[in-house]
Amino acid sequence: MAHNNSYVDKKFNVVGTRFNRPDGIDKVTGKARYGADASAPGQLVGKVLRSPHAHAQILKINTSKAEKLQGVKSIITFEDLPDLTGADQGMADILENCMARGRALYDGHAVAAVAAIDEQTAAKALKLIEVKYKKLPHVTDVDEAMLPTAPIIHERIFTRGVEPKPTKPSNISSRTEMGNGDVDAGFAAADVIIEHSFKTEQTHQGYIEPHACLASVNPDGTAELWVTTQGHFVFRNVCAGLLGLDIAKLKVTSSEIGGGFGGKTHVWVEPVALALSRKANRPVKMVMSRDEVFRATGPTSSTSIDVKLGAKKNGEITAAVAELRYQGGAFPGNWAMLGCMTAFACYDIKNNKSIGWDVLVNRPKVAAYRAPSAPMAAFAVESAMDMLAKELRMKAIDLRLKNVAREGTLAPYGPTYGPIGIEATLKAVKAHPHMRAKLKPNQGRGVACGFWFNIGGQTSTDLNIGVDGTVNLAVGTVDVGGSRSSLAMIAAEELGIDYENVKANIADTTSLGHNDMTEGSRGTFSSGMATIYAAREAIEVLKQRAAKTWGIPLEDVSWEEGHAVATGKGHGNLPKLSLREIAAKSGRTGGPIAGHNEVTADGAGMGFASHICDVEVDPETGRSTIVRYTVVQDAGKAINPDYVEGQFQGGATQGIGWALNEEYIYGEDGRLQNPGFLDYRIPVCSDLPFIDTQILEIPNPNHPYGVRGVGETSIVPPLAAVGNAIANATGVRMGHAPMSPPRVLAALDALDAG
Amino acid sequence: MRYETPASAKEAAGLLKKEKGAAFLLAGGTDLLVKLKMGIVEPDLVVDIKRIPKISDIQSSAKGFTIGAAVSGAELGEHAGLKKAWPGVVEAANLIGSDQIQGRATLPGNLCNASPAADSVPALIAAGAKAIVVGPLKKRTVPVEKIMIGPGKTSLAKGELIEAITLPKAEPRSGDAYLRFTPRTEMDIAVVGIAISLKLERGVIKKARVVLGAVAPTAIVVAAAAKAIIGSKLDDKALDKLAAACSAACNPIDDKRGTIEYRVRVAGVLAKRAAKVAFQRAGGSL
Repeated sequence: MAHNNSYVDKKFNVVGTRFNRPDGIDKVTGKARYGADASAPGQLVGKVLRSPHAHAQILKINTSKAEKLQGVKSIITFEDLPDLTGADQGMADILENCMARGRALYDGHAVAAVAAIDEQTAAKALKLIEVKYKKLPHVTDVDEAMLPTAPIIHERIFTRGVEPKPTKPSNISSRTEMGNGDVDAGFAAADVIIEHSFKTEQTHQGYIEPHACLASVNPDGTAELWVTTQGHFVFRNVCAGLLGLDIAKLKVTSSEIGGGFGGKTHVWVEPVALALSRKANRPVKMVMSRDEVFRATGPTSSTSIDVKLGAKKNGEITAAVAELRYQGGAFPGNWAMLGCMTAFACYDIKNNKSIGWDVLVNRPKVAAYRAPSAPMAAFAVESAMDMLAKELRMKAIDLRLKNVAREGTLAPYGPTYGPIGIEATLKAVKAHPHMRAKLKPNQGRGVACGFWFNIGGQTSTDLNIGVDGTVNLAVGTVDVGGSRSSLAMIAAEELGIDYENVKANIADTTSLGHNDMTEGSRGTFSSGMATIYAAREAIEVLKQRAAKTWGIPLEDVSWEEGHAVATGKGHGNLPKLSLREIAAKSGRTGGPIAGHNEVTADGAGMGFASHICDVEVDPETGRSTIVRYTVVQDAGKAINPDYVEGQFQGGATQGIGWALNEEYIYGEDGRLQNPGFLDYRIPVCSDLPFIDTQILEIPNPNHPYGVRGVGETSIVPPLAAVGNAIANATGVRMGHAPMSPPRVLAALDALDAG
Repeated sequence: MRYETPASAKEAAGLLKKEKGAAFLLAGGTDLLVKLKMGIVEPDLVVDIKRIPKISDIQSSAKGFTIGAAVSGAELGEHAGLKKAWPGVVEAANLIGSDQIQGRATLPGNLCNASPAADSVPALIAAGAKAIVVGPLKKRTVPVEKIMIGPGKTSLAKGELIEAITLPKAEPRSGDAYLRFTPRTEMDIAVVGIAISLKLERGVIKKARVVLGAVAPTAIVVAAAAKAIIGSKLDDKALDKLAAACSAACNPIDDKRGTIEYRVRVAGVLAKRAAKVAFQRAGGSL
């Protein structure tokens, strides 16, 4: 059955209303089973020995003493994870990141692992493993790593994207350049030019649940993995590849997830747990400590960014250039490229250019963090926009509106925009009562915009109707932000039944076709599309059964509000049949009733947002307090507005944390100084005001309900919104995030010193 | 690891004294359990003092207050008499950790953990608090400022524990206050902490004690800062002298929680603010 993904304007019954979360009771009462909540008979406890050095050659690993300890069942090093990755350098990097192969590349890099009968024995065994290191010079700062004098992290890295091809290795893995028009001509035509440099520190997703899994490998090559992940199908494929298992024989079940934000799209301890289990021939459970999560999972890049903007006196931006340097940890990434793609995406600037440098440092391998790379680029560009507005003596919001991207604008990264919401969000901000609220002494207000692509991708969904007329929806995208509720609502909408009669579940990898990760704000968009199609398939079956029951042709049956209706001439007296009535008789009319869909969801709608932030700065301590905050974002269509608002608020909160206090602090020795929530300061409830939200709905033309992804965009504007608010409160422009009290106080002093 | 629940402080002291391995006292456990779980300590013996009679009581008398070693921060916050007499001590104790931590955390625990940044310690010292120290053989009373001698180190001998903290009766027209600086609103460690206790006579400061936390290896009593405001009505000149004396007394470290420069600067800022609060609590008008 061919399906059409075009948006159709219609009145909804279920979609757009609000329901209690279906996972609420389990989570509030503590019954929900997370990564650490599985157990198996005879299970062992796995623990990892990690490098205390930022960069070191591993001369020798002696496990003999640990092996002799009673209760130790298996010990592994890289030799137990042989390299099966072939020519796939990306997979080889994942393998080396899971377990060091001859060199420790960052503080916290796994060097060996133990499985033992209990936690104490495993911890004791780690202490008995003797590792002989030879310390090597290290570099943790993105700018320093680019210097020709910097210690080289991988001799195999020669910068891609430069001509001529470099003859020497460096820590710069690639250079990216993109843009449109002629920026030199653009700057020549400008009346005003501003230039500024920015730095952002490394932050972590800060999910409350640490990585955890239970792995069991049998000698016949079958295996199971229970794990907290954003994508169990991808974990299955990656783990099977690294361990040499058959994909069909590795069953992966995703647990409830206590936050991911991109950080649970990568494997770390999972292949290690499988290798330990394979060697011990017993199930192995691993739970990372918070210290391990900070030191050895995937935070986001620290960056260094230069921005130059030129404009005419009337505010028309004639040229924009950004040079962006992002570190990806000890392995190459494409993070600067994403920064380039997003930097000027909110604007229609004829002449623009972005140059990105992807850089390696002795820090953990960077992973995605909610709209990865976009918040840093937006911090630089949106701060520069306010500086330009000041120079032009224009209102910052009017400068943005003057240059805003619209349908038909050629995006800096290539495509021409369809209908998008950035102008609508800015107009909504301008009209919002927040913009007219009075400010008190030492307070300032800032506005900033943000963009995120959103993605679609491979999705597989089953919909099964029970004989009582209730419906099971089996979904393959992990529910990280409430998608089970949204998808059940969509199924109910299509079938014409009550929301309470649909239960959505996340199916394991043996029960559905492949599903990509829940990433790129794709869960409700992609699985929503697959759910609509699966429901429509099921409706076809329901109609067939009704036709059979009535003994009339299928084309004379239509589906209206949860009922089969005979519409052809001469069938006028047939009473309509409800879904429940048809389901009750399904055993006699042809068997179970179900709908399925496998799709690569194309046409994700771009997400745009504009935020308003009021901040109060203590002029004597430099401490900033957020006193009011408003998020305006285009959701395309809000399936469950409660969850959409939650996403807006959550992204804003993480962005505010990044703006004010969150940062990785490395010592001179290259070791992380603050691997815990005490000194890595995510905001607590009392640090934030109520975050107000306004949902705009500009339908995505490529989704039947007009859905756009909503999960990520909201983390993009806050850094700049806070920075612009601080600038308006104090007169100082903060170029370095987080804008922590010591940095703000130093900037205030510099301003006073003139 | 053995776990013991003695019936008296003396018995607890005996257990601690006798133990040849690593012995730890457990009251609220808000530091000990964290260190245990992180593998920082590996006790052979844990002595839980919560079963000792009266160890969880706050007793008030004509002389002042006796606060048992297992009294939690939350209980201090709910004691109207104590709050009225020593609001600075109570607000300092209540700043420690979260609501959950407040249900367990104790004053002697905060003191004996011996962190330079302990919130309750400067306030206790400013208030003239004393620790009742029990050993296997004898009991002694020690001013709180004599307990901590360096980061993680106390003057208690092996086998000694604090049974209670005493606070004197608050004098008429006196007031105390504690302020700290943290980047977050709560769940944070002081970058600078300051406690001020003072007494007025006809609107003029007659006596004062100024104690800084988190800016030196231990909490420090700053006599010059007290001198700067004694005899004043807390006018701007006195406040400036107070701030300068506090900044001058700082001997902090540069670390992930704050730079030397920042700590020195903010110590002066907070001193002025804390002095104003204490002054007003004593009935003074600014």
